[in-house]
Amino acid sequence: MFITRKAEFSASHVCRVNSLSEQENFDLYGEESHPSGHGHNYVLEVTLEGDPDPVTGMVMDLKELKEILEREVIQPMDHRFLNFEVPPFDKVVPTTGNVAREIWRRLDAKLRGAHFHLAKVRLFEGPDLYVDVMKEAAA
Amino acid sequence: MTTLTRRYRFCASHRLHSEALSEAENQRVFGKCNNPYGHGHDYVLDVSLTGELNATTGLIVRLSDLDRLVKTEVLAAFAYRNLNQDVAEFTELVPTTENVALVIAARLSQCWRDYFPYSKARLSGISIQETDRNSFEILISNAVPLSVKTNESVIVNA
Repeated sequence: MFITRKAEFSASHVCRVNSLSEQENFDLYGEESHPSGHGHNYVLEVTLEGDPDPVTGMVMDLKELKEILEREVIQPMDHRFLNFEVPPFDKVVPTTGNVAREIWRRLDAKLRGAHFHLAKVRLFEGPDLYVDVMKEAAA
Repeated sequence: MTTLTRRYRFCASHRLHSEALSEAENQRVFGKCNNPYGHGHDYVLDVSLTGELNATTGLIVRLSDLDRLVKTEVLAAFAYRNLNQDVAEFTELVPTTENVALVIAARLSQCWRDYFPYSKARLSGISIQETDRNSFEILISNAVPLSVKTNESVIVNA
């Protein structure tokens, strides 16, 4: 069984590789490369796979899941400039793919129980673009 | 595995009608979708690709290349058009959203490598909403070759 919990955060970022020229960065990232940075309302969907606990009937206590999302992702990233304030994005370009990967890394170890594990992280940068990171990637 | 999905929108008109069926059968099978002058929808198209994030750029592909592919091969031909009259594949193929999805998958996969010569990313799925009450999804697995032949698609049987 899969269960999914949604959370939102707003953050700014800029997509640039410092060793590349202005034109090369624009060719790679388009407007996302503008040096001032810009923001998005990110929407995060975290999916667990597991079986309901025979006693509680829950795959995972959603209150606990909400707290973990809050502590590991929302508090560190919400209303932050990712490149300046959230490692590893001082060194790693915070593309939607890399932010989704980082969220996977932060959550994977915390969302493991006897009956469940993290199955998917889906990160929307906006309504028209999202990235899925799935279990195979973490292996 | 990392999968990126980008959403596009286009509006187009169509009429569901099969020359293989009689007028009465067309009416019975397609109902109001068979009305002779056709009708339109605001389609929502999700295109998914799967690949590795480049270690330097953090990208699977350049989004501008994906946009150029979808705009050139699909949106330029479909948007603000009558699918039956203006899109070659639907001269004989009924433009149900199932068939629209298959045709789009075929168009994208046929010239995929031309747009992403630098990437091993592959087209992994197409999803289309005809309206917000119905959607049609094709998952394209590793095992299936990229070319999808439209003439193998299923035309609604009477």
